[in-house]
Amino acid sequence: MEFFLSRYRNLSVLVAAILAQLVLLAYQVRTHGDVRLIRVWAVGAVTPMARVIETSRSGVSHFFSDYFVLLDVRDDNKRMKAELDRVKMENQYLRTELSTADRAHSLAIFQEHSPSKTVAAHIIGNDTGVGTKEVFIDRGSNSGIAPGMAVITPDGIAGKVVRVFSTVAQVLLVTDANFAAGVISQNNRVHGTFKGQGYDGVGKIEHVQNEQKVDQGEWFYTSGDDRIFPKGRPVGEVTTVRQGKTEKEIYISLSGFKNGFEEVLIIVEGVHAPIPDAPVTDQGVHLLAPPPPDSGGPLTVAQPLQTGPVSTDADRIKERYRKFGEQTNHVYGERSNGAPNYNAPAKPEPKP
Amino acid sequence: MTGFSDGYREPLRKDRSSMVNVAVITGISLVAILFRVYVSRFVPYLQYLELPLLVTVYFSLMWRSPIAGLLFGAAIGLAQDSLSHHELGMFGIVKTLVGYFAASVSLRVDVGNPLLRLVLAFFFFFFHQLLYWVLARALLGEALEFEVVQVLVLAILNAIVAVFLFQLLDRLKITG
Repeated sequence: MEFFLSRYRNLSVLVAAILAQLVLLAYQVRTHGDVRLIRVWAVGAVTPMARVIETSRSGVSHFFSDYFVLLDVRDDNKRMKAELDRVKMENQYLRTELSTADRAHSLAIFQEHSPSKTVAAHIIGNDTGVGTKEVFIDRGSNSGIAPGMAVITPDGIAGKVVRVFSTVAQVLLVTDANFAAGVISQNNRVHGTFKGQGYDGVGKIEHVQNEQKVDQGEWFYTSGDDRIFPKGRPVGEVTTVRQGKTEKEIYISLSGFKNGFEEVLIIVEGVHAPIPDAPVTDQGVHLLAPPPPDSGGPLTVAQPLQTGPVSTDADRIKERYRKFGEQTNHVYGERSNGAPNYNAPAKPEPKP
Repeated sequence: MTGFSDGYREPLRKDRSSMVNVAVITGISLVAILFRVYVSRFVPYLQYLELPLLVTVYFSLMWRSPIAGLLFGAAIGLAQDSLSHHELGMFGIVKTLVGYFAASVSLRVDVGNPLLRLVLAFFFFFFHQLLYWVLARALLGEALEFEVVQVLVLAILNAIVAVFLFQLLDRLKITG
């Protein structure tokens, strides 16, 4: 035996190392357990460095962005003094404020208005696995984070906490192939299961029968069925929907990463919300209510039916005719100036 | 007196030198893992750069000791496992074998040649990815895809990076 070990020392150590790791793997697979000690060591060695680098990077980044913003403001002030237009200056100020409102600010506003109790966190690193989509965040059990908690952004769902350490936690992103969540469609209230696809920006809705109705452009929200995400959080918009063998093939563009992905919120205490009836708008921008109609007198020109942006060819043609009609004082598509109604149903011809 | 003190100082100098080497090796390993964890966040394509593997191959080739190579591979692999979602041991086993075979190769050929380093880095990257895929399917039952063309392209890119990285590490003169 001694001769064998000394003769094949390298091979013996190799076999021992491989066997030890195989036993370790078998133990984890069989018991669904985790060797927490080794993970704590590795996470404890790497994440503090990642945290320091991330803090330095974001500090430098904010410094430079603030610096350039200040430069812009200085230039703007010079221009404004030259123009001496108070209204324009106010307008420019508001525009600058809007453009410089960073994600952290909008996240704080969202956090303040969200009914769920949330904890804000920074992403400090990626997972090292092959083909997995996971990140490390700078909040752990010390901040009340627990495995299974939902992770969101103001624009939608982002992932769920899978492993927690004292100061950091590991988050499985919605784009990971192993991620799943219960969802419901906005218009037709069709229930399904959202699955990540392993690549960014796209997800799939499964378990929707061919007979059920889902429209392209329809939004999917969390249904709350998975007991992780509270009901009513946006997931994404349907980009492709087609009939499959028995179930529909539905792909959605994820809304959670729309405005970047550096800060997230972890839902510590979730509150279910109703599915909104109106389509999701950009939640980062506040829009004023439309102005009241002019009280000077009755409108002489008929208002177009469409108030939003021109989107189809028919809309563009209609818009062109409306403008032309304004110049020639004629309303196209209306029975004005004694024009015959060409859209009226034709009278039946008298029988001979 | 002088002769005695010189003889006395020699082991101390060696001890200090080996401690520095251990610190440098640990630092390089941590940086390689940190690169996977942090830098790939901002440049997603860099997640395909397997720095922990390249570092394992380099040290195994340079040390010319299969036991040192496999232990280093196991350590860096387990650290990489710890920072991923899957079970501990997958990267550990793969990198253990990479470390062992790289050190075994270095006993037979001159590993200072850049062309040979390119070929070895290419081969070990492909071996690493293939073995990981086999183990993930066989031991964990994961349905991972193995796209040969993609892995070959990544192997070439990693091998090119390896040549420059190995030259950079050569300058540090880490003896182990």
